[in-house]
Amino acid sequence: MDKSVSLSTHAHTGALAVSVAELGKSNLPWRRAAQKIAFAFLWLMGTLAVAALLAVIGYVVFQGFKVINIEFLTRPPRGGLSGEGGISTTIVTTVYLVLLTVGIAAPLGICAAIYLVEYAGEMQGRTGLLPRLVEVARFGVETLAGVPSIIFGLFGYALFVTAMHLGFSLISAALAGACLILPVIIRATEEALRAVPRSYREASLALGTTQWQTVWGVVLPAALPGIITSIILSVGRVISETAVFYVTLGGSYKMPTSIFSSGRTLALHVYYLAMDTRAFDKAMGTGAILIVAIVLINLTINYLSHRVRAKLGGK
Amino acid sequence: MQLPVKLEVRNYHLFYGNFRALKDVTICIPRNQITAIIGPSGCGKSTFLRTFNRMNELIPGVRVQGQVLMDGQDIFAMDPVELRQRVGMVFQRPNPFPKSIYDNVAYGPRAHGIRDRRRLDEIVERSLRDAALWDEVKDDLNKSALALSGGQQQRLCIARALAVQPEVILMDEPASALDPIATLRIEELIQTLKQRYTIVIVTHNMQQAARASDFTAFFMMDEQRAGLLVEYGPTRDLFTRPSDKRTEDYITGRFG
Ligand SMILES: Nc1ncnc2c1ncn2[C@@H]1O[C@H](COP(=O)(O)OP(=O)(O)OP(=O)(O)O)[C@@H](O)[C@H]1O
Ligand SMILES: [Mg+2]
Repeated sequence: MDKSVSLSTHAHTGALAVSVAELGKSNLPWRRAAQKIAFAFLWLMGTLAVAALLAVIGYVVFQGFKVINIEFLTRPPRGGLSGEGGISTTIVTTVYLVLLTVGIAAPLGICAAIYLVEYAGEMQGRTGLLPRLVEVARFGVETLAGVPSIIFGLFGYALFVTAMHLGFSLISAALAGACLILPVIIRATEEALRAVPRSYREASLALGTTQWQTVWGVVLPAALPGIITSIILSVGRVISETAVFYVTLGGSYKMPTSIFSSGRTLALHVYYLAMDTRAFDKAMGTGAILIVAIVLINLTINYLSHRVRAKLGGK
Repeated sequence: MQLPVKLEVRNYHLFYGNFRALKDVTICIPRNQITAIIGPSGCGKSTFLRTFNRMNELIPGVRVQGQVLMDGQDIFAMDPVELRQRVGMVFQRPNPFPKSIYDNVAYGPRAHGIRDRRRLDEIVERSLRDAALWDEVKDDLNKSALALSGGQQQRLCIARALAVQPEVILMDEPASALDPIATLRIEELIQTLKQRYTIVIVTHNMQQAARASDFTAFFMMDEQRAGLLVEYGPTRDLFTRPSDKRTEDYITGRFG
């Protein structure tokens, strides 16, 4: 009796196994084919996307390097319709503007983010004036990050250039540019701070440290790579921005002598060359320099995050 | 029991929002003894432990009722920063800072104002020795703490807690993430520490409580899932002749 039962069970599973095997066999060629088609399709799309990007960069760099030489880099533009001369003053202006803009925005943005995450974080869900304001500030940062940059330009023109009588100048442009990158820095720093594990904060507080000591001693060092990345990103943003500076910086091709000087950045110079002169090749050359700068920035970010990860991993 | 009392809890309740996590807990924890807290998951052991260094306050919406005294002083009247200096904690998961071994141990003393390099060296060495880690790490104190094994990391966390010279050490399942050998090392270590510290340790492991503690408190949940203290006494008594039926069921494995 027992035997027959076990036998029939066996027979049953045996039949099932066979049918599954048959099923697998019958559609295996089809599944293989589907896999091949899917991969081929993805490969094609991926290649197309990368090719398009490389074409843009390759074209600009290739065209650009025809005009790039020491003279191009060290001579000022001569101005006028011909577009003759180099780009030395625009490089200097770009560097000044980056330093000024990031110098204004980074401390503000980092401190604001620390406040929002480490101190105002506890206010979530509470009522009262301050929590309300914090909530509004958060929402404001989110919104500003998505506002088109020309709006910041308009604002900068109205407030710094006109109302505050700073004129078309590095300082007007830097202030307007700082408004532009502030949300970038705040949000990236907030993210970096939030990514610091709660257990670090608890461990520090449990040792009898104040909240500030915890922020300074543990949270900030752990978030530093992210914060530095946010700063480097915003450097790239300033280098490649045109709209804001078009309406605040004035566009002089002369060497800036103070923060009240007018000037033009590399990106603006590309714009002026392409629109107002016949020197399209020089526009390409300037564009190539811009691309090289951006690539260098990205490489720096990669290098930094690699090194930090290695260090945290204990190597 | 005629032992001097270090921590005293009277009619203590704790609420997470409207949820009562601890209900009417009254207990006296003796000085320089190891007190184990056992009970089923979710009965409020961690919550209770975090009472003594007021870490629960960091969670929004937490309310407490009742009294908690350390050496007869109300801990809720103290500055929490000062309290945490006197009541150290080791967490369930090893949580060293992403810094060097040295900086991890020196973190607390530095925060409390010790700047002198020689003093710091002394403290770091003594703390690592006390935590039975010195011999393994003395040659590379500048190595990242994250490169240590889990058991070493947990001993580093103990060293870090010892470095601020607390009076009480709270441990929340300090060995739950470790293998049996590392667990035994931590248990031995705890035995040697009790001469100088009052230790309160949460554990899931009945054998651990039985072999490594002097007193045991058994917590359980009531129908509303509020944690309450069922039985408390010398560990040997509690495990050999529990006075409460629920304790007996729990320690013999018939429950939870
Ligand atoms: N931050 C919190 N907010 C709300 N409720 C919480 C919070 N932390 C814990 N609780 C609740 O309080 C009760 C006790 O939790 P606690 O972590 O103290 O239990 P435990 O005994 O340590 O459990 P385990 O053995 O699983 O660690 C649980 O019901 C839990 O859901
Ligand atoms: Mg717990």
